[in-house]
Amino acid sequence: MITKNAETILSVQGLSASINGAQILKGLDITVKAGEIHAIMGPNGSGKSTFSKVVAGHPSYSVDEGTIDFKGKNLTDLEPDERAKLGIFLGFQYPVEVPGVTNGSFLRLAYNTVQGARGKDELDPLEFDDFIQSKLNLLGMDASFLERSLNDGFSGGEKKRNEILQMAILEPTLAILDETDSGLDIDALRVVANGVNTLHGDSDAVVLVTHYQRLLNYIEPDFIHVVDGGRVIKTGDKSLAHELESRGYEWILEENSSSVS
Amino acid sequence: MSAAIDNIVNQPYTAGFKTDIETDSVARGLSEDVIRTISSKKNEPDWLLDFRLKAYRHWLTMTEPKWPNVSYPKIDFQDIIYYSAPKPKATKKSMDEVDPELLETFEKLGIPMNERAALAGVAVDVVFDSVSVTTTYKEKLAEFGIIFCSFSEAVRDHPDLIKRYLGSVVPYTDNFYSALNSAVFTDGSFCFIPKGVKCPMDLSTYFRINTQDSGQFERTLIVAEEGSQVSYLEGCTAPQFDTNQLHAAVVELIALDNADIKYSTVQNWYAGDKNGVGGIFNFVTKRGLCKGVNSKISWTQVETGSAVTWKYPSCVLLGDNSVGEFYSVALTNNMQQADTGTKMFHIGKNTRSRIISKGISAGKSNNSYRGLVKVSPKADGARNYSQCDSMLIGDLCGANTFPYIEVGNKSATVEHEASTSKIGEEQLFYFLSRGIDSEEAVSMIINGFVRDVFMHLPMEFAVEATKLLGLKLEGSVG
Repeated sequence: MITKNAETILSVQGLSASINGAQILKGLDITVKAGEIHAIMGPNGSGKSTFSKVVAGHPSYSVDEGTIDFKGKNLTDLEPDERAKLGIFLGFQYPVEVPGVTNGSFLRLAYNTVQGARGKDELDPLEFDDFIQSKLNLLGMDASFLERSLNDGFSGGEKKRNEILQMAILEPTLAILDETDSGLDIDALRVVANGVNTLHGDSDAVVLVTHYQRLLNYIEPDFIHVVDGGRVIKTGDKSLAHELESRGYEWILEENSSSVS
Repeated sequence: MSAAIDNIVNQPYTAGFKTDIETDSVARGLSEDVIRTISSKKNEPDWLLDFRLKAYRHWLTMTEPKWPNVSYPKIDFQDIIYYSAPKPKATKKSMDEVDPELLETFEKLGIPMNERAALAGVAVDVVFDSVSVTTTYKEKLAEFGIIFCSFSEAVRDHPDLIKRYLGSVVPYTDNFYSALNSAVFTDGSFCFIPKGVKCPMDLSTYFRINTQDSGQFERTLIVAEEGSQVSYLEGCTAPQFDTNQLHAAVVELIALDNADIKYSTVQNWYAGDKNGVGGIFNFVTKRGLCKGVNSKISWTQVETGSAVTWKYPSCVLLGDNSVGEFYSVALTNNMQQADTGTKMFHIGKNTRSRIISKGISAGKSNNSYRGLVKVSPKADGARNYSQCDSMLIGDLCGANTFPYIEVGNKSATVEHEASTSKIGEEQLFYFLSRGIDSEEAVSMIINGFVRDVFMHLPMEFAVEATKLLGLKLEGSVG
């Protein structure tokens, strides 16, 4: 939802970033305000997943130029855990499996760490059990999820739900969801989308990184950015998604290359 | 962050101090004379001297095993001190008379020699270099008919039991190091649990090597009679020297009908420095004999120290329906090398064994699991399950699995599973992106990895072992 005078949550200016010497982002700009939902779309290899990792602080990527400001604070020199404590959340495209670490204990440690950083009280295991129950219900997850090893042996859909469950308990100011719709069947997609819609409010922002328009039928974006070659080449409203769905990416890429030349 | 990974593993070794205490040592080197001297210092009976000499003569015909996946400089067996004992100030009758230097040493190591201060009722036998310096709770255990004393005392006070069981599970001919141990062993612990008795407290031996260039050659013998039960714990540390010390122990367990022995080890010998200088060579033979029907022997080991480890706690499942278990966590860091695992010999009918091995390699270390499951033709219905998991921290370490399976009976079921995982950037980034810092992340991942093994440790030991792992890995990610 676009509101006037909303606080700027994320301001990315002229961002260039590389991995192992290969430049992926080449002067990317994006501004996200409180209450808004943005979708970042683009063909494979356009740099959209890199964008989400760079904002979360993935150590393999180096920021060569430009700035990433979160609520006016420069993030570039902060470690990923410090960014998370500030309220940035990355929903992973491929959540890692960690055998032996129970989901419940992982979630509680993450919750308590972030709560601690916000000056709020930590919860003991029993209190946490009560707290998490409503979040599990929201995502149609059974409490037995908490006893299982973190993402270990989870189906694709279970992993994605588990990501949104983490978003639900950490209550981020900025949630970047990287290809959350990939590998989901239509029912799981509905549950995940419903979760995101329920969690999203006036004071936070959501950035959806996706290849397909499908997810946007369930989560309605305020802005759509098409990324190619490591830059935003077109920004529009939700109608742009439908155009992309029917016409593909080619016409924008062509339009863009002709405008550059 | 990979520089961070290099970092987590390097934490100072807190047990690395040396106690200045007057010792009574024999000169370096090994000969029949040295063996006679050791035997006479201990006032041993002739049959035991004979046993030693036979072992020594056999040892002379043997060569060091070359098959382990480890490399180390050749050991000069004539440059080792085979007997070193703290000089007694006077004959001691009670704890109050133990040399205060020794009390202080073990106090520092957190080993209670004082019964009043003892941790949650664990009886402890304390072995310093070559001799046992004290055993707690002896009288209380005696009320149950349980014998728990140093090996030397057992030779003196219970010669028939020692004669019957010494070398009955690990004969001196077994291997190079068991032969050496049989020739020169100096002390150790003896436990005897009589028929039908459940040992009311955990029994424990704490080994400390103090003298530079000395070897420690101890023997542990545990006999559990019909229907008895015992849980035994073993701990060990050594000072930091830039030379290597040899630790070549022999442990023999015997479980009669329906008896149950649980043997847990937390091994924290000095591992040498970052560049692999110094540290203990830990070449140990441990074997349990499930002699009776329905008997059970369970080994749990947490191996964190030593420069080189060569150790295969094994079970001979002779009695029908007997059960052998092996739960192991082996952590290697820096230049450490470990070749460790188990052997399960299925001889009786319907014998069962279970192997859970977790190897963690960090730094430039090399960690190998080596295990043998052997089902003899008569072992109808034998079953084995093995699971060997390796975890790598960083890019410079190695992990290997060498499982040997020999099945001589068609009705046997043998399962083997193995996995290798890596604490790498992606795993850490996942934790970090949830606000959890890298040290906490690594500790959580490691604790998750070893959980299946640690749940088999007695409570106090599990707490110790968790702390130890944390300490050993602190700084390897950061």
